[in-house]
Parts: sequence; C-alpha cells; structure tokens
Amino acid sequence: MNRRDSLKALGLTTLSTAVLLDACKPKTGEETGSEASAATPEAGRQQWEVDREKKLMADKYFTDHEMATITVLGDIIIPKDEKSGSASDAKVPEFIEFIVKDIPEHQLPMRGGLKWLDMQCFNRYNKSFVDCSHDQQIEMVTEIAYPAKAKPEMAQGVAFFNRMRDLTASGFFTSKIGIADIGYMGNTPTKWTGVPDDVLKQYGMENV
Amino acid sequence: MSDMQIKKSSTVYDAIVVGSGAGGGMAGYVLAHGGLKVLMLEAGPWWDPAKDSMQLKMPYESARRGAGTTRAFGDFDAAFGGWDLDGEPYTTKDKTEFNWFRSRMLGGRTNHWGRISLRMGPNDFKSHHIDGLTDDWPITYDEVKPYYDKVDRMIGVYGTKENLENEPDGIFLPPPKPRLNELFIKKGAVKAGVKVIAGRGSVLTEALPGNKDRGACFFCGQCGRGCKIYGDFSASSCLVIPAMKTGNLKVIPNAMVREVLTNKEGLATGVSYVSKDDMQEYQVNAKIVILGASACESARLLLNSKSAQHPGGLANSSGVVGKYLHDSTGASLGGFLPQLMDRKRYNEDGVGSVHIYSPWWLDNKKLDFPRGYHIEYGGGMRMPGYGFMNGIQSKNGLVPGKDGKMKEAGGFGADLKNDYRRFYGTSVGMAGRGTAIAREDNYCEIDDKVVDKYGIPVLKFHYKWTDAEIKQAKHMSETFQEMMHQMGGIITSKIEGPETNYGLEAPGRIIHEVGTIRMGDDPKKSALNKWCQAHDCKNLFVVDAAPFVQQGDKNATWTILALSMRTSEYILSQRQKLNV
Repeated sequence: MNRRDSLKALGLTTLSTAVLLDACKPKTGEETGSEASAATPEAGRQQWEVDREKKLMADKYFTDHEMATITVLGDIIIPKDEKSGSASDAKVPEFIEFIVKDIPEHQLPMRGGLKWLDMQCFNRYNKSFVDCSHDQQIEMVTEIAYPAKAKPEMAQGVAFFNRMRDLTASGFFTSKIGIADIGYMGNTPTKWTGVPDDVLKQYGMENV
Repeated sequence: MSDMQIKKSSTVYDAIVVGSGAGGGMAGYVLAHGGLKVLMLEAGPWWDPAKDSMQLKMPYESARRGAGTTRAFGDFDAAFGGWDLDGEPYTTKDKTEFNWFRSRMLGGRTNHWGRISLRMGPNDFKSHHIDGLTDDWPITYDEVKPYYDKVDRMIGVYGTKENLENEPDGIFLPPPKPRLNELFIKKGAVKAGVKVIAGRGSVLTEALPGNKDRGACFFCGQCGRGCKIYGDFSASSCLVIPAMKTGNLKVIPNAMVREVLTNKEGLATGVSYVSKDDMQEYQVNAKIVILGASACESARLLLNSKSAQHPGGLANSSGVVGKYLHDSTGASLGGFLPQLMDRKRYNEDGVGSVHIYSPWWLDNKKLDFPRGYHIEYGGGMRMPGYGFMNGIQSKNGLVPGKDGKMKEAGGFGADLKNDYRRFYGTSVGMAGRGTAIAREDNYCEIDDKVVDKYGIPVLKFHYKWTDAEIKQAKHMSETFQEMMHQMGGIITSKIEGPETNYGLEAPGRIIHEVGTIRMGDDPKKSALNKWCQAHDCKNLFVVDAAPFVQQGDKNATWTILALSMRTSEYILSQRQKLNV
C-alpha cells in the first residue's frame, strides 16, 4: 500500500488532506449537540454500547436549577477571553449532564455539592448561588477554589469545586473550541521527523 | 428443554484453532499457507481495523470524550471486553487480588496492545543459572532466533542495533525520533545511570518490503484504536485476514469454546462450542486441536476437558495446568517538566508505541532483589480527552507564574485558563515492567461452584507477590524519582510506600499473564514438550503465552508470535505422523 492508497483507505486523497479530513468527519459534538454520536449505530461499536448511550441521552439527571448553577460555575472557571470562548460556549454544561449519567460516581458529589453551595449562599447572602450578584458569586467561589488556603469549614466545598474544575476542563478542552485553544495539532496524517530544529535549539537539545 | 440439541458437523478439518490473537492468528496463518484446511473459532465478533477502528476521531466525537466507561482504555480504544465481562465472571481465593483482561473480538488483545515488541534473550530462556530461582525453558534463544527473524521480516518492527547481550537485536525498520519530553528523559536518565535506547515496536515506520496490503504509518499515535491501513501489527490485519485469502482458513466468530473433545485413545477429535449468535451448541471435528485462547483461557479449557483418559483435565497428568501463572511486575510515576511550560505547539503524535525505552541495565549481584525490569516512557502534547489535566490544583502552585511570582494552587477564571495552556505538553510518565518469578503456588483452577452464563465452569485465581517482586517495585520507584530529579522534573503522582508494595500493581494488571500450560522435557513437570505439543495428547498444541516457562522483563507478544510460528511449522513438518 503506497501513501496515496493509504490516504484513500482513510477516505482521503493527497489533495488538501487536512481540509478533506475535516469534511469527512461526521458532524457531531458542538454543532449538532453531542447527541448525534448516539443516534445511529456505527462501525466498531458494540450494540450494548449504542443502546446504553441512547438510554443515557434520553434520561435527564440535573434539574433546571442545577443546570443553571453548573453553567454559571463553568463560566467562572473557564470564562471567555481574548483567545477563545467560555465553558458554556463549548457546551460544557451539556457534557457534564451526560458524564454524570455515564459515570454515576459523579452524581452524588455533584448534586450534594451544588446543594452545599446554595446553602452557603443562603446563609451568607440569603439567595441561591445563581441569584447572587457576580461579585457575591466570585466571593463565594474564592472561598473554595484554593485548597491550601481554604478555611477548614470549607473543605466539602473545596472537594466539590475540585471536581467541578476537572469536569469543566475535560469538557472544554475536548471541544472544538478548547482543542483550538490548547493548540493540539495532531490527529492528522503526517510524517514525524523529530523535534523541529528551532525547538531543539531553544532547549539546547541538538546533540541529545 | 426438549428442543435442545447439539449440532454436530460431519466435516473434519485438518486443524481447529481456538482464538484469533497473536498465537492463534499466527497458527492460522502458517497452517493455511501450508495447505491445511483450518477452522478458527473466536469467542467475540468479527473486527477488521480497516472498518471498525476509531482512528482519527476527535474527542468531541465521543459523548464521554474518550472516557473509559464502557472500554477500560477509553471510548476510542479497540478492545471489546475489559477487566469484567457481563456474564463471564472469575473468582479469587485467599484474598488474592488478580485482574484478568479479556478482549473478545477478532485479533483479541493484539487490537489495543502497546505494540512494544521485544525479544526474550538468552538469559530469559535459560535463567536457572542466574540465581536458581527459576526453571529453564526446554529451548534456547538460538533455537527461537530464526523465528523471531521471520516474524520481524513478515510483520515489521522498528528499533536500533545495540549489541546488548540479553536484548537481542532484530531486523529493524528505522525507529521514530524521540519527542521533546523524551529528550529530557534521555538526558536525565544518563545522569541517573539509566540506559535509554530507541523503542522497539511493531509499527511500519516505512513500507514493509514485499508487502502490498499494509500501509506505512502516518503518525497519528493511535495504534491502540486499531489502524485502518494496517500500519501496525494486529493479528486480524496481519495474520487472520491474509490467511483467509488462501481459501484454507474459515473463521467462526462469536464461538465460545466449551471443551476439547477426545476419543477413547485420549486423542483430540475436535471441540464443542456455544454460538453467541443463536446460543446453540455445536461440535466441530479436526485432526489437530490448537489452543490460542490466552494463557488463562486455554488452561481453563484444558481443565474443563475431563474424560476417562484425562481425569484431571486434558494434557494435565502432570498436574501443572493452571500453575506457574505469572504476570509482569509494574509500577509507575508521573510528573511534569517545568522547563516545557509555554512550549511551542506542533504535531508530535508520533507512533502509538514507545519512541524510547530503557532495557534492564543493572547487575543483580549488587541488588537486594532478583531479575530486572525495563522502563517505558510517556507524556507530551497528546490529544486531549476525558480527564484532561485533572487535578491542576496539585500542579499550578508548584511553579512561578509568568510574572515570576508563586501563585496560590487551584483557582478559576482567565488566570486558570491560562495555566491549562501553560502546562499543556509538560507531562512526563514512566512505567516499569519487570520479571516476576513463576511459582507453582500462583495458579488458576476451576471454581467448583461457579459457572458463566454459558454454563462453563469459571477460573478461580490464587496469586501472591513475594519479596522479590515487591523489592523490585521499590527499586523502580527510587529509580523513577532519581530520574525525575535529574531531568529537573516535578513529581505529581503519589510516592507509594511499603503499605502499598511501593506501587506494585496487582497481578494481571500488566496483561502479560503467562505460564499456565508450561513446556518442558519432563512430562511430570510440564504439560507440553518443546514444540508446545501436549505430552499426553500428541494432536493437541498450545500457541498462546501459556507455554512460557519463565517470562523475562519483555512483553510477551513477540515471543508468542515466534513460538506459534515455530509450532505451526513443526506441525507442517510432522503432517504424516499427525495424520494431516
């Protein structure tokens, strides 16, 4: 099999590989919502995997209030900046809704953590987290976002926020927006010829 | 119940091969090309990487972003199966912690494996003289070498000639160049006294001479998903599918073999299996039966094949079947290289096997444990997936920010977002894979109380690590820490102590389990002769990792392939005696 045959086998031609590669891919993820990937059984998937995913997609775990809280928290963790959009722009809340159904160990800590957060806000501001002002939200989050300096009575909130931060990063940096942001440039046919010369030079690794 | 019947075929094949992985695949390939009519039974579905691989999918094409919820190594990983299979349990005794990974699919575990392709060396085949702890194989490296050579030429492996005594060189394609983090590893390793050489992997870094069916690697780093252009080794693409083109090999997928059938003379006559498609029972006949179901599954089959002639299970008059089970030791450590923060972005996917590795480099006379381990390395600017930079709060307080000031760990907002960017691609990981001593009292046996959903009695495991393996893991941990120190890295994984055996993985976790139907010259101490032919049943052969007498610190696959080829060529040479 020569290179042209290989690319053909991948559904590509030698002409503008990258462009075609992108065009070949099923439109899933952000544009159509991640539901699309479960809609039709695909090659290489076991039937039970497809069935399981379909069921998860049909189920709803978080309440509207919980989803609203997750959305606000996600955008506090990863806001829009000059380089890319926010967590909600990358549909992170939808990802979190799916992943807690997929990995049920997340469910109780997330639900309980959201409730813990609301109770803290009621006690402090007499409002639920989403109804607090932005400044109040930031003040609250600051109490639980720094594990080493958080007060002992905030420990449960710290554990919740660590989880929320991880899930937000997972959802964001695996989205199209997030992959472009982080600068992952692989997943495309290429020829690996080693570390680029300018990089070798930058680190003094020319002779290693 | 009245409609239950066993469907008996009248066809007599020259050979039945149970399993389609490295061992079964190679046997099917050699025998079909040798003109034998072969039937191959695979317990899982048909799976062709050209159609079924998840190669080149982006993380957002998985609703779970590649998480390992339904597949142990992630949503895009090739393996159908895992540590636990629905309706196919296994049990343990005496507080044994043993994990058994099974891939039920064409090609078996060769679909997702790391493609690390190491030969065992002279001191791995004959290791008794080293310290008296292990038994010798009935064969030497020199007897296996011609088959390793043929496997290299036929399948392809990259590497470099190093002339190391116990790390025999092969016939190599050029290795991939190291990635940036691997250059740091190399530099740090030298300072720590650890040898680092080019990796050895079965990936076609160049077109394989003489082969028109397989494409050369295009460097996506996703071998574990299966390669659509057959640029790496899997048993389906390189062995089973080509063998079917001879017209001599028939494959029945979803065929879960129950037992090996024997006649009054005690010879194998075929096997019985349950079809997962229709849940009906079948019997198929052959002049030879070849087991390549995996070390533990093949032992289970023999132990479940009891008859008047073979009361303790087939090929088990010695009582060794199931015993001497051993898996590689494993321990690992992870961290990051602060020098690589804010690094330049480019595509460094490379190949899906190791670019560099460390063969065992020390003299045990100066150490407090026997035998050694090799080290595999990872890290770099990998495709993001579920769990991407989890636990950043354990990293971002350890190094100064761009302004040179230390920051409070954790955080949120634009500053945190920037930290993710800064840390991307700085990770470095190392994992040891070492020799475990084969011991008679580490074994699997039939659980007399439990059957699987097909009514087949299941395996029960008994396996304990000893001081030898625990001290080896301690040495791994200390070595990894020293290397991280020497390369200026910061360790983020937990340093395990004696209470957790210094991070020594539970047996089975490394998925190199071998030894359960061992070969030997003495029929009282072994089940197979040096051709992997049963002492008690001359038309029964075993071609997976079960015949291994003693594993070295080398991953088992390349040796399985060489031994299966050797056994299969022996079968062809003995056709008259074996009546095929």
